[in-house]
Amino acid sequence: MGRPIDRRTFLRIAGTSLGAGALYRVAPAWASGGPAGDTARELKRRNGEAPTPFTFVQLSDAHVGFSGPPNPTGTRAFERAVEVLNRLPERPDLVVFTGDLTHESEAPGEHAARMKRFAEIAGRIAVPMKKMLPGEHDAGLDGGALFRSFFGETSYSFDHRGVHFVALDNVSRAKPEVGPAQLAWLKKDLARFTPTAPIVVLTHRPLFDLKPEWEWFTRDGDEVMAALAAFENVTVLYGHIHREDMHQTAHARHYAARSLIWAFPDPAAAEKKPIAFDKDRPFRNLGLRLVHAAPGATPAASVGCEEVELTMREHSGTEGFAQMLRPSSLGPAVEKGERP
Amino acid sequence: MRTPFGSWIRAVAAGAVVGLASHAGAGGARIVEITARRFEFTPSEVVLKRGETATLRLRSLDVVHGFFQKALGIDLEIEPGRVAEVTLTPQVPGRYLTICDHFCGSGHGNMKLSIVVE
Repeated sequence: MGRPIDRRTFLRIAGTSLGAGALYRVAPAWASGGPAGDTARELKRRNGEAPTPFTFVQLSDAHVGFSGPPNPTGTRAFERAVEVLNRLPERPDLVVFTGDLTHESEAPGEHAARMKRFAEIAGRIAVPMKKMLPGEHDAGLDGGALFRSFFGETSYSFDHRGVHFVALDNVSRAKPEVGPAQLAWLKKDLARFTPTAPIVVLTHRPLFDLKPEWEWFTRDGDEVMAALAAFENVTVLYGHIHREDMHQTAHARHYAARSLIWAFPDPAAAEKKPIAFDKDRPFRNLGLRLVHAAPGATPAASVGCEEVELTMREHSGTEGFAQMLRPSSLGPAVEKGERP
Repeated sequence: MRTPFGSWIRAVAAGAVVGLASHAGAGGARIVEITARRFEFTPSEVVLKRGETATLRLRSLDVVHGFFQKALGIDLEIEPGRVAEVTLTPQVPGRYLTICDHFCGSGHGNMKLSIVVE
């Protein structure tokens, strides 16, 4: 029998926000030898494929079609994000978009036009694979029909370099819920994996009660997490709350991405009101996170995050931007320098 | 069902349409009439006394709405043409933000009602 898997040595995720989404690096250290290499080989034996180094990006909540006081610049931040991504020194394998691609419209043809506009901008992203899932603004009024006509199914799974990705739709039923049919599908989907398999769940709303009175929850999120309880290495990436957040549950870490349109306040705030637009820093609080995964000494030490927030010297065009590196606000789990 | 706050909750849907008011029901419990329409509840605030049993009776004037307050155990679906109601006896004073949790359009995120327990 091979060396037992120690969950403490498995998944390290470090994040960096880039002002436009989230970039993830999965297990880059496992290509080396030593204990990390042993872990990779054991995972390959158990799971069929060992995670190998790769990066991916999470974008969320572009709300294409929205223009109003919280952000009168429309798609500017989204378009800027695409520019940033296309200039990354290391091309990501994958971009995932965790919902609210568009802002709904009930004017005839308008929502479809917004979907088309989103697809045009996303089409500029130069990566081999893009995966979309809906938010309630994409799919809450029509059960996801329009979304499916552009991007395919609203829930699905796929494997990439030893990591199993599951996209869960918690918006198309109009209520914040996954629903019994999708829960049954999830359990069936996960059945072929061993407990050590690295699993990344993509969804729009948080799968825990972050703030139910702001609709920051999923009604059957506990059932989803129960279905994932047997797995030791679960990462949930979601959007919806328009701000970065990290939450640890017994066996999973939940990361929220910034939006590309406006930011909401901390859930401790009295009122859910978008943070006011700042014409001098129009992309303030809009973000992209780089996350790197690798064997870590302990789960608590396994997260290292830093942000690069876009700034803008002039409020015109895409000129005049600069990037400002600053510490992440993701809380005590953050350990700078842990990133491989 | 007994909620964490000791309220007695009863949710029913019936075919009747009722008028707007706050009045005593047959059993003596206060009945508060609430209407839902995109993207507001009317009234926007309901004040209850601690330990008071009251029935919130809701109807939608347009599309399907939700009415959700987790701590008070309130979870209703309000369909147009039908009445949804919940009876509760809140035990803990406070302001409870109650939301529409059935996505109803671009102002959905602002559709809320405060239940104030004194």
